Amino acid sequence: MTATKEAAVTAQPTVHSGRSWTANVLKARESGIVLALIVLVAFTATQNSRFLSGQSIRDILLGTAILAVLAVGQAIVMITRNIDLSVGSVLGLSAFAVGTLMKDNPGLPVIVAILAGLGVGAACGLVNGVLVRFGQVPALVVTLGTLYAYRGVSYFWAGGQQINADKLPKSFLDFGTASILGVPWLVLIALLVLVAAGIVLRSYRAGRELYAMGSSPQAAQLAGIKVGRNTSAAFLVSGALAGLAGVLFAARFGTVDAAAGTGYELNVVAAAVVGGVAVFGGSGSVWGAGLGALLLTVIGSALAVLDINQFWQQAIVGALILLAIGADRLVAVRVAKALKKRDSHV
Amino acid sequence: MTRPRPGRAPLLEVRGVTKSFGAVAAVAGVSFGLHAGEAHALVGENGAGKSTIVKMLAGVHKPDDGTLLLDGEPVEFGSPADAKAAGIAVIYQEPTLFPDLSVEENIVMGRHPRKSLGRIDRAAIRAEAERLFARLGVRIDPARPARGLSIADQQIVEIAKALSADARVLVMDEPTAALTRIEVERLFSVARALRQEGAAIMFISHRFEEITELCQRVTIMRDGKHVSSDALEDVTVGEMVKRMVGRDLDALFPKQDVEPGAVVLEVEGLAREGVFRDISFSVRAGEIVAFAGLVGSGRSEVVQAVFGVDERDAGIVKVSGKKLKPHSSRAAMAAGMALVPEDRRQQGLIMDLSIERNVTLPRSRALSKLGFLTGASERQEARRWTERLRTKYRRLGDPVGTLSGGNQQKVVLAKWLAMAPKVLIVDEPTRGIDVGTKAEVHRLMSSLAAEGVAVVMVSSELPEVLGMADRVLVMREGRIVAELPRAEATEDSVMFAAMGQGAAA
Repeated sequence: MTATKEAAVTAQPTVHSGRSWTANVLKARESGIVLALIVLVAFTATQNSRFLSGQSIRDILLGTAILAVLAVGQAIVMITRNIDLSVGSVLGLSAFAVGTLMKDNPGLPVIVAILAGLGVGAACGLVNGVLVRFGQVPALVVTLGTLYAYRGVSYFWAGGQQINADKLPKSFLDFGTASILGVPWLVLIALLVLVAAGIVLRSYRAGRELYAMGSSPQAAQLAGIKVGRNTSAAFLVSGALAGLAGVLFAARFGTVDAAAGTGYELNVVAAAVVGGVAVFGGSGSVWGAGLGALLLTVIGSALAVLDINQFWQQAIVGALILLAIGADRLVAVRVAKALKKRDSHV
Repeated sequence: MTRPRPGRAPLLEVRGVTKSFGAVAAVAGVSFGLHAGEAHALVGENGAGKSTIVKMLAGVHKPDDGTLLLDGEPVEFGSPADAKAAGIAVIYQEPTLFPDLSVEENIVMGRHPRKSLGRIDRAAIRAEAERLFARLGVRIDPARPARGLSIADQQIVEIAKALSADARVLVMDEPTAALTRIEVERLFSVARALRQEGAAIMFISHRFEEITELCQRVTIMRDGKHVSSDALEDVTVGEMVKRMVGRDLDALFPKQDVEPGAVVLEVEGLAREGVFRDISFSVRAGEIVAFAGLVGSGRSEVVQAVFGVDERDAGIVKVSGKKLKPHSSRAAMAAGMALVPEDRRQQGLIMDLSIERNVTLPRSRALSKLGFLTGASERQEARRWTERLRTKYRRLGDPVGTLSGGNQQKVVLAKWLAMAPKVLIVDEPTRGIDVGTKAEVHRLMSSLAAEGVAVVMVSSELPEVLGMADRVLVMREGRIVAELPRAEATEDSVMFAAMGQGAAA
């Protein structure tokens, strides 16, 4: 009897799909965004050739760079089944802090500005992380609170004053517009952030643990993952990147007041969601979030070029989010069905 | 290194541990030792405190009092990571997988093999998963996501996870509940190999034949207290049951003879692409019909389609001659059908609601007066059924999530039994239920049948199938391959049909 049982089991050959299912789904998702981008750019360009002029492309890339840096941080937090609503305020605080620093010390090199922005952001992020970790309060509530708190600090500090471009050192403003080999510095920095975050999330234990935590917090705890520490770290990174985005913002626009970056947080969440980062954690990639940021920026500037009322932009972004969520749901159902069928032996 | 022999200082010792949740002492002053090279069974009724002991060994709970000793040295586990680092691997009662991640990554999570620059070595992960699955003799695609795996496959991944950790102490909390006989044998041969390599094993199960097969020593718990620890050959199964339950037990399969009445449930030509096909059967009032077969043969899927939870591609389901709308569990319930699902925690309970509310949920309309649910009628009904199933709880108003795993299952059973259905479908009626309640569930099923209920049962436990069913339908690869009346159903005939040895192969 035993012998026949063994035979029955071993007779079934091992099945391999060869490719990772999750990777395939992600690829489908990201190619969808790329496709939407191509259609959008092609259509807009036929309506108005100015859309593909050097200056227009430059503007889009610079805008994307700032949004993408924020979206990478947001994606990291969202993958752990949390959310960071304070990024717009952190950007504002960091931009104002760096602007003030550069205005008062015109001789400082740009790298100091970047480090200062990262530091301000990291401190804000750490506060978020500690509150979420030890307060046992949902991240949505904590960061909604700090959204107002950090903005309040900016207003208190600025007291209505504005930092204008003519007060900032030329080296800093040049950093906002200069290119190396034709690629603007801001874009290079955003790409660097994107690649580094992408590699860590994909190929390092720490990154994989973030996905695990978002996929099942209880299981992550049982697997011995330091959930609390990792959560704090995710918020710290998101804050630091928001701080970096503040530096980029100040350098690009040159004019900073206490309201800089107001309302950015929702654009950032939208970019991540459109890019396929699940609000419930555990799936998505920073590449997707970056593409989402690019898509939202391109839509904004396409509407301007096409002379469509800015009002429509918000409606279109909203429709896009619903479409993205609907598409995700559809793919999930399809995959579940396919998996069920593959499992059966009929 | 000298390997300690059984009987000498234990590898891991539990000394006088106590753990309370609120006012209830889940575990009070329990002591026993796990020796290297020995498999140690921990038995007791649902809620006796077994899983609490497991969670203390795993570092999830800290004992309020008492100590854990590893190699004779007191240790304190502040977190599951500490326990893992100390070489303790745990297979939990409920699978704890990451649904979004691939199966292979689930296995190595937290211990990913690494290559240069600290990067994850994906090839090594794949090789590790394939090695483990080969050792366990199962075919699961390591690259597929864990989401959508059957319970049995989830449990196998859990086992692979524990094996992958190269543990010195392997703790298994009812790992076999969802597995077929073959998978259990595979698991046991691996466990024996580990034991011979000097690992200590703690094994929790409600199946005595498994305990006697694998273990050398047994500790019995009752109501959170330690009853006895003996070498297994010194105690009989009857003695163990008596100590667990604290009383003598009546027959385990109290099957009443019932004269079957009119046909109540008729299923014709039911099919679902890729899952099952040509499913036709009928059940009379007062009859108990069991679906037997290997896990994955499509039994659960058939009853889910009959009940209308899943869609079907073809076929007719009739209750008392009336055709049911496909893919509508609401219609099935209205026609008097009830389904107790296999995965009770996920499909059968609302964890944050109270016990009484959970029990009376499907009948909340019938119990309400003028549209309001009155606490009294709800409580009365809930008390009647939970007491009949001997559920252990503090107050009926407590959330279901606070109960132990086995007691949660009893609440699900109570919920559907309270509906007084015409057709009762039970998927694995006694999975994870202790021996005392098993007899009670069986008696209940039998008395429901005697009252004229048509009972359909899906079960992986052959003794239960043979002991309870009037007719056995054996499934293999999505089809009914044999229909055996009670007189012809034996362990051999059912297994032969299930494995494909009886049919023209």
